[in-house]
Amino acid sequence: MIAAERRLDRTAVLAVPGVLLVLLLFIYPFLYGLVLSFEPKEGGGLGNYLRFFSEPFLYNTIATTLSLAIPTTLMNVGLALPIAFRMRRNSAWQRVLTTILVLPITLGTVLIAEGLLTYLGPQGWVNRLLIESGLAATPIRLTHNYWGVFLALIIAEFPFAFLLILSYITGIDPALPQAAATLGAGPARQFLHVYLPLLAPGLAITFCLCFVQAFSVFPSAVLLGAPAGPTRVISIAAYTAAFEEYDYSMASAIAMIMGAVQLIIVVAVLGLRGAFYRGPAGGAKG
Amino acid sequence: MLEGFGELRLEGVTRRFGAAVALDRLDLTIRRGEFVALLGPSGCGKSTALNCIAGLLSLSGGAIWLDEKRIDVLRPEQRGFGMVFQNYALFPHMSVRKNIGFGLAMRRAPKEEIRGKVDAALDLVQLRTHAEKLPGQLSGGQQQRVAIARAIVVEPPLVLMDEPLSNLDAKLRLEMRTDIKRIHRELGRSTVYVTHDQDEALSLADRIVVLHEGKIQQIGSPEELYASPANLEVARFMGYRNILDLDAERVDGKRVALYGAGIALDGMAQHAIARGPVTVAIRPDDVEPAGAGGNAIEARVEIVEYCGRDWLVDLVLPDGRTIYARSPRKVSPGASAHCAVAPDRVLVFPRESGNDRG
Repeated sequence: MIAAERRLDRTAVLAVPGVLLVLLLFIYPFLYGLVLSFEPKEGGGLGNYLRFFSEPFLYNTIATTLSLAIPTTLMNVGLALPIAFRMRRNSAWQRVLTTILVLPITLGTVLIAEGLLTYLGPQGWVNRLLIESGLAATPIRLTHNYWGVFLALIIAEFPFAFLLILSYITGIDPALPQAAATLGAGPARQFLHVYLPLLAPGLAITFCLCFVQAFSVFPSAVLLGAPAGPTRVISIAAYTAAFEEYDYSMASAIAMIMGAVQLIIVVAVLGLRGAFYRGPAGGAKG
Repeated sequence: MLEGFGELRLEGVTRRFGAAVALDRLDLTIRRGEFVALLGPSGCGKSTALNCIAGLLSLSGGAIWLDEKRIDVLRPEQRGFGMVFQNYALFPHMSVRKNIGFGLAMRRAPKEEIRGKVDAALDLVQLRTHAEKLPGQLSGGQQQRVAIARAIVVEPPLVLMDEPLSNLDAKLRLEMRTDIKRIHRELGRSTVYVTHDQDEALSLADRIVVLHEGKIQQIGSPEELYASPANLEVARFMGYRNILDLDAERVDGKRVALYGAGIALDGMAQHAIARGPVTVAIRPDDVEPAGAGGNAIEARVEIVEYCGRDWLVDLVLPDGRTIYARSPRKVSPGASAHCAVAPDRVLVFPRESGNDRG
């Protein structure tokens, strides 16, 4: 008993730096921002929030951001799932693809945006290829609009979704689909009845993590999008308030709204997750 | 799905993993209703053979026939053999009822039929009260019974079991062994049972197939294998712990006079034997310290272990080699013992090349 208590004490000590870091770098700024958001330049305590939800130029950013974040996240999870599933057996290809896919993660969004700007631009390879091959008569506009940001989000988030889903899939005991096969389930029904239910919670987590990243998109929305119009996402609104209007209180309010929208979606998706089995994905007790 | 059958034939079934040959031209016929055990040490190819029959592994050579139908070209879901996995492989997200009913659901059986058959299977494995639990809420033995029920509820022509008892503790293993025997007797399903435990194989099987390094060493009834193993590999597996390198001095038909290790005894040749180096296998049960009749061996008692019904005795021969005996009477360490061994229980084999297990 005494030994166990002592060990617990030591473990608690190990948690102190982490807790301090979270308090200093997350909780304090968050609370500071929250308080700041209720101290607007003009109007009462809720002035900033009332202003946000009365000006279409501001509240439309929520819809704009969602219209980017939700389709790209769905597409990333939807694309990553079948590819990761095909790659579930450990092979040389799995390692090659994993290595290739880790690269975009290490590059960072700004570099990807810069690269895509030239690549997808009117003189870029994509358009040249389309014109040379006769598939398009004039260059297709893929930058400075919705599709530029859309593609940038796919490229930036797909590897993340793929690696996460791959790790969930390889965590499933291969004896389970084998057992399903001996019981008469072909590949499609093995996927439907064994893999999918066991993967569902992991897919929900993957969706949430990708969504949160996509929802806070900023560099590619500015560089590849049309930040004054179709891709004026909510982070741009916060940036404008903070660094162009020097209204930190308003910027904080926008940041709080942004956080609230993310939280609503994440809670909703994780709530769905509760409908599925969440225990270990092995065939037997550990 | 495959219906009832007369016999399953493995013809020259071969499986290679890269350069390694896991199964080498296996020929085996399994008759309807028969319980066949594949017995061997780990890495002998017994699980590979089972996976080949199930369709989870493709063959590198040979063919598998179910009567006149070639089945090694079919996918596992087309063969419809019931399989019990070593780690049970229960679907963790499905209730016991759903697990057992899975095979019937895949065959698109009507709901009432599934319900009735699953209830019958639950009764057979005595798990009726646990039907709505998840596998993770069951003990190892209960999970094992669910796995068996799931495999047999679809009434497969053949049941395959891959070391199903190896994850259970000793007491539960004995109980489950009896259950498997009971279920086999009640349903009469042809069963192929993979194990490394000779007690399991002896107690369960109608026929035992001993595998070593991917090759069949012997096929026979438990009694045949136990009484007359075909070679030293089988003998070791059948509990012949005393393996001695001796010299054959005289060969008279099957009877062989042996010398060496400071002892002289008569044995029975299991193959054609010439004079010269041979290897002898004797079961500890057949060496009786303080016994009379047959061969007499003089040895010194070294270690005595009490086993309840009898004593396990380590004896040292005059040349220092150790042999093992089971004694119905207590003997004292340090004493010299006059051991008796019946000549027909001394099995004489040709000396293995490079045999160093004297």
